[in-house]
Amino acid sequence: METIAKSIKNYLEETGSISQFAFRFFQQAVRPPFEFKELLRQCYLIGYNSLFLVIATGFIMGLVLTLQVRPTMIEFGAVSYMPQMVGISIVREIGPVITALICAGKVGSSIGAELGSMKVTEQIDAMEVSGTNPFKYLVVTRIMASTLMLPLLVIAADAIGLFGSFLIESIKGDVSMTLYFNIVFETLTFGDLLPATIKSFFFGFAIGLVGCYKGYHSKKGTEGVGKAANSAVVLASLLLFVIDFLAVLVADIFYEI
Amino acid sequence: MRLKENINMQDSKTQKDKLVPLVKIRNLKKAFGSNLVLKGFNLDLFPNENVVILGKSGSGKSVLIKCLVRLVEVDEGEILVLGKSIPDLEQEELDEIRTDVGFLFQGSALYDSMTVRENLQFPLRRHKERMKGQDEEKLIMEALRSVGLEHAIDLMPAELSGGMKRRIALARTLILQPQIILYDEPTSGLDPITSNEIIQLILKIQKDLKATSLIITHDMDCARVISNRMIILQDGINYAEGTYEVLSQSDDKKVKAFFKEVQKR
Ligand SMILES: Nc1ncnc2c1ncn2[C@@H]1O[C@H](COP(=O)(O)OP(=O)(O)OP(=O)(O)O)[C@@H](O)[C@H]1O
Ligand SMILES: [Mg+2]
Repeated sequence: METIAKSIKNYLEETGSISQFAFRFFQQAVRPPFEFKELLRQCYLIGYNSLFLVIATGFIMGLVLTLQVRPTMIEFGAVSYMPQMVGISIVREIGPVITALICAGKVGSSIGAELGSMKVTEQIDAMEVSGTNPFKYLVVTRIMASTLMLPLLVIAADAIGLFGSFLIESIKGDVSMTLYFNIVFETLTFGDLLPATIKSFFFGFAIGLVGCYKGYHSKKGTEGVGKAANSAVVLASLLLFVIDFLAVLVADIFYEI
Repeated sequence: MRLKENINMQDSKTQKDKLVPLVKIRNLKKAFGSNLVLKGFNLDLFPNENVVILGKSGSGKSVLIKCLVRLVEVDEGEILVLGKSIPDLEQEELDEIRTDVGFLFQGSALYDSMTVRENLQFPLRRHKERMKGQDEEKLIMEALRSVGLEHAIDLMPAELSGGMKRRIALARTLILQPQIILYDEPTSGLDPITSNEIIQLILKIQKDLKATSLIITHDMDCARVISNRMIILQDGINYAEGTYEVLSQSDDKKVKAFFKEVQKR
């Protein structure tokens, strides 16, 4: 009983301090001086480092989805609806979520480990005494970069996923590329794209925030760094699903899906 | 009990009273949870002095000098650095003071993801105005020359030896030409020869910059060569102070034990 109470207390405390951390981010993000150069560098690192993985998984996701759904659709005599079905499921849900999960693993852990080891080896303190605001230089740039880059990665994953799906369709069935993508784009409405994009921004924000938070508050010692990286991934992944659920709820209200 | 072993220092003391201390600490208290680390520490650091702080591992030496640049918030007490009360400063004023106070970290704390050049550039980026008219490249080369490592400019910290790292960290500390320099165990983890090189380097820099230093060390040789005055941090207070000669002759059990213990190491 006591341990439960304790873990609930810990949980609430952590939620509080992450919120505080997020508040500090917004406070510092709007105040000059801005670290544009570092922001660009982080965008490049985050985007470039995850691009290959995201493209590979996106492609396979498109292939698998099409291969698995196709027989059922044939059974129902609805195989001509394949592009619509795959298009909507990839763009609305699978693309953003899979991309975000991959980035939580790749970006979240690397931010957590990097900031954690900087904290432990006093590099963050060294920045502080040299008159540079380390929160702005390290945290604000990383959170912004992951917020900006995630939607772009999602678009890449969506595009390659749809292409993978088209490949299967063109092998198994008989559809031209123009026709296939024409159908996909005709089906997709603003109400599919907008929530998915907004959701992706929030995913990116959550990954950056949690990675930075865990790294910045990492405990002393090498063990602390490992823990920071690990718990960044766990917490970010969990948070992604919560955000996803909330996003779907909100979109549901607005668009009456 | 506070012990003042300054019999020989009476004359210099009266002289010093006329001087304004660059750093003045009164009744400094700091606790981490239930762990009382500093329990009323006092210190005056006068211009052009080299003061060594001795203390056992975990006695709070690093915490003490971190308080001076507000890397650690104090619980109670007065800290004046260059006449400004550190705990009460606004962020901007604090950053201003911090450029006048160099800090050499215990583990060098070089930025892993940057080259040596970028490491040295980093403190300059916020303080371009201060170095007005001076070429950035020239400042970097000068700082590297003063520690004898010009050739390392494009290396990454991971490619440097421990001693080189310490020297680059020193160069990074010096690049803003601080008035006060805080050294946290500048020779720890180095072999005697490299230690000696670092000590000589510190003395040389001292002379060139006319800086005032507070040096934390475990290394008695280092303490003897560098210090004008030593302070023993024990039980959270400035337990004893005096020159090396005076303190090493002390009859006080704790001070004696301290000298023996450290010398054996
Ligand atoms: N950020 C912190 N949070 C909690 N406790 C701390 C923190 N920093 C220091 N301490 C505690 O303060 C005490 C003094 O630490 P400090 O690092 O000042 O020791 P030190 O005298 O520098 O030792 P060493 O010679 O080993 O470097 C230790 O007991 C340490 O556990
Ligand atoms: Mg220490």
